[in-house]
Amino acid sequence: MSEHVLNSIGLFVPEIILVASLCIIIVADLLLKKRTHAGGWILLASLVLCFFAFSAQSGINTSAFFAMIAVDPFSVFFKVILVISGIFIVLFSMQNKELIPYKNRIGEYYMLIAGMMLGMFLMVSSTNLLMMYLAFEMTSICSYVLVGFTKKSIRSAESSIKYIIYGSVSSGIMIYGMSLIYGMSGSLNIFEIGAALSGLESAPIFSMAVLMITAGIGFKIALVPFHFWAPDVYEGAPMAITALLAVTSKIAAVAMLIRLFRVSFTGVDATGMMAIIPEGIRWDMMLAVMAAAAMILGNLAALWQDNIKRMLAYSSIAHAGYIIMGVVVLTDQGISAVMLYAFMYLFMNLGTFYMAMLYANKFSTESIEGYKGIGYRAPFTAVALTIFLVSLTGLPPTAGFIAKLYIFGAAINAGWIWLVLVAGVMTIVSLFYYIRVARNMFLYKPEGETEPVRFDNFTTAIVLLLLTPVLVLGVYFTPVLEFIKHSLVMFGVQ
Amino acid sequence: MENELIQWLSQPGLTHYLMIGALLFCIGITLVLTRRNVIMILMGIELILNSVNLNFIAFSRFSVITLDGHLTALFLIILAAAEAAVALAIVLNIYNRFKTIDIDEISLLKG
Repeated sequence: MSEHVLNSIGLFVPEIILVASLCIIIVADLLLKKRTHAGGWILLASLVLCFFAFSAQSGINTSAFFAMIAVDPFSVFFKVILVISGIFIVLFSMQNKELIPYKNRIGEYYMLIAGMMLGMFLMVSSTNLLMMYLAFEMTSICSYVLVGFTKKSIRSAESSIKYIIYGSVSSGIMIYGMSLIYGMSGSLNIFEIGAALSGLESAPIFSMAVLMITAGIGFKIALVPFHFWAPDVYEGAPMAITALLAVTSKIAAVAMLIRLFRVSFTGVDATGMMAIIPEGIRWDMMLAVMAAAAMILGNLAALWQDNIKRMLAYSSIAHAGYIIMGVVVLTDQGISAVMLYAFMYLFMNLGTFYMAMLYANKFSTESIEGYKGIGYRAPFTAVALTIFLVSLTGLPPTAGFIAKLYIFGAAINAGWIWLVLVAGVMTIVSLFYYIRVARNMFLYKPEGETEPVRFDNFTTAIVLLLLTPVLVLGVYFTPVLEFIKHSLVMFGVQ
Repeated sequence: MENELIQWLSQPGLTHYLMIGALLFCIGITLVLTRRNVIMILMGIELILNSVNLNFIAFSRFSVITLDGHLTALFLIILAAAEAAVALAIVLNIYNRFKTIDIDEISLLKG
């Protein structure tokens, strides 16, 4: 027993690093009142350390802490994605102008981000319903506070109250569904649930429980019909936190959804093919309808938006739909398509948010109409933003094209033709609102001031760091595919 | 008929607790959907979480016979308290900004 605990602690090193950094940030905040962003540098250093600790974990496939969490290639892949996006979020936060009036409390901000990252690491690796819920709530509670962090801003206050009401109701519904699953199967461990459910007949209670659990996780992913919070919260939150919600916590929730559904709600039928258990609840159709609704609603609503954050909120709802297409399939091909999409989505969406933040800092506008003529004043960043938007649309030769190609391919192979048709048509619709931003930047002469705007080297370096993967992965993505092929192994799934 | 009902009520079992749980859950959801006062909405959320607690403990006591359910209920109580603390802090901030906690009047963000 004590040996098992010691082994588990050895596997838990990255999370321990993060917890230690959380404590150090609190102490540093007390001691160094004057130096701002000291907490940010500490968090950055610990995230880089985590990255190396995760690299050392590649190839391990075991469970830790009495089957509470699994350390397997699947979770390590997602944790690497989370760490990369966390590093960028910290860098964004250091430049976010909205946070400047809160300089003397900035230590708390980084502490909360550290807590949220810890929650998301546990979300992607937990194999127990209680652990999943705790990790989920840890992420949620930290993000409620972060959304309302700029508390003197009236928009931020409003978005935080909306977020906490939607969030706690949907997580309450999720845990109710989990309690029903616990009663049906007699266990909280997802492997034992899978084993117990495979022998059972279908009943309405299962459909209800699965729907309730999907409601909770779908809230985090911002899947239609659980998306109502997304536009308001994205618009009101500080820009770096909007990026955190749109990219990092969304990817973590997708990973949790995949693990739960793959382990507990799928089994093997007589012919050795993958089958849904208990028989006849058709959650794949339920998810497919939600994905289609998310793509249609997200893309169509984004057409009318003028605020760039709101537009990106609807676009991220649409992207949630594309990602869930891979979860609907849930074969190895589907899961690897989701992983590829998550990897590409990370860079292109963070890039777009970073540009929006830069423009909000420099030109103090979040309105797409206000972007008129920026192409002449800041050509480099405007071209970069255009490339990110083209990648979000999914046009070659960018990373977004490859990501969409693999998702669509997986869905067609599994026979979801209608879903791919909806996705294809909606991709064309999305072109209109993404290109509108580029049109405003390049096809209008600047009004008022016309001097060129300079960005410092730090900014340019971050832009290049985000831009390079988007362009390079569009043509040379074999290493990522290899990495994903080795990361498909989930603990306890053959 | 009446006698049967009284007899059923006199021997509480799993079904009774699950029904109370479901009832609490429905009352909670109704509160959240119909009330406009943020504090009432938060009370609805507490009811939802308590109905879950009841479910877990009832299952743990009557059908599963492990301690998992009891343990989950303990964790849930702590989480509910943490969530309520954060929510009340946010409500306080909302009151300072808007001078109201009516959810219908807190709607600057639209579209």
